[in-house]
Amino acid sequence: MTLENKKRVLLTLVTEAVVEQSLLADLDRLGVRGYTVSNARGRGAHGMRDASWDEAANIRVEVICKRELAEIVFAHLRDKYYANYAMITFLHEIEIMRPEKF
Amino acid sequence: MIDIVVLFFLLGLLAGLVRSELKLPPALYDSLSMVLLLAIGLKGGEGLAQQSLLPLLPQLGIVVLLGAVQTLIAFVVLLSLGRFDRVNAAAIAAHYGSVSVATFAVGVNWLNARGISFEPQLPIFLAVMEVPAILVGIMLARGLGRGTNWQLIARESFLGKGVVLLLGGMAIGWIAGPENLTPIRPLFFDLFKGVLAIFLLEMGLIVARQTSELRRRGLFVIAFGVIMPGVFAVLGIGCGIAMGFSVGGLTLLATLAASASYIAVPATMRLALPEANPGLSLAAVLGVTFPFNILIGIPIYHWLASMLVGGNS
Repeated sequence: MTLENKKRVLLTLVTEAVVEQSLLADLDRLGVRGYTVSNARGRGAHGMRDASWDEAANIRVEVICKRELAEIVFAHLRDKYYANYAMITFLHEIEIMRPEKF
Repeated sequence: MIDIVVLFFLLGLLAGLVRSELKLPPALYDSLSMVLLLAIGLKGGEGLAQQSLLPLLPQLGIVVLLGAVQTLIAFVVLLSLGRFDRVNAAAIAAHYGSVSVATFAVGVNWLNARGISFEPQLPIFLAVMEVPAILVGIMLARGLGRGTNWQLIARESFLGKGVVLLLGGMAIGWIAGPENLTPIRPLFFDLFKGVLAIFLLEMGLIVARQTSELRRRGLFVIAFGVIMPGVFAVLGIGCGIAMGFSVGGLTLLATLAASASYIAVPATMRLALPEANPGLSLAAVLGVTFPFNILIGIPIYHWLASMLVGGNS
């Protein structure tokens, strides 16, 4: 197996907890095979998001996939969420074990 | 004498305003709200087990209508006097057409502390009145059909935590009846006041966080947050008189009508009307209306109800 086969991207989103269900349904529909969701807090353009109650809670969603799929996901998020929701998205290039899973 | 649970609210408010380190774990806040919802439901179900359910149906129709009419009135006021755009006016109106469990719980506690009884169906009204405002609010902003994921909205509003726990608690209380409830009475009934007290401590902290937003929004939001509940309380008392309620029932229905949602509606509106500014609604609901209702509103509604139906019935 060459190293090239082991390259994927790690797509990370930090957004409002309120969109979790809708966002995960979108990821499934776009063909993402797995993701990790964790609770998050922090500060940004929408002020302090300290997760002290539902309205101020954030989540961080991490997805490992091929770059082509990540770009499709980015385009979808941009059209559907960027305008009205607090959302930060970024990509890392990563190397993975068990490439068949991603 | 001010109710002891309200003192806890004031403590939270003060701690928040001076930026104390005090913070309740979010899981505790969630657990306490679950206990409150179940306790209110169980109590209502227990009462309903002792009466016939059929006369309730027209009453449910009346309170659904009340919620819808409140949303319409608030929408018109916000649009014309407040000069809000259509979407924000609709979103804020939906908050005011809906109800607040915390305000209701403080009302229940206020009546209990004074030995005033109320009709057992009030908790059903609490569950039922959560929903119509959401639907009316979305329709006011969007019109029917286009662009709204009704399936998602329906799931959010009918299967939300509040409705499930309230109606579930009522069903359990109704099936079990007073005797079978005895083993769980210590947790849900005896501890109600204590749970409410800690819950209100956190509410004080949450309300304190709205002050900066409120300062930016100015006088109209403050005036709206005080006057609108007063008007709705009168509407609520009117509906209650039509249903032949006691003073306690009238006070609670007025409290329900005057209260504004800060849990179910904000979450649903965030999904259904994402372009509406959630800070605006929460500043009005939490920064003004919630404290007004629990500090001043409830005693006034009770006084008004006793004036209208003549004393201690």
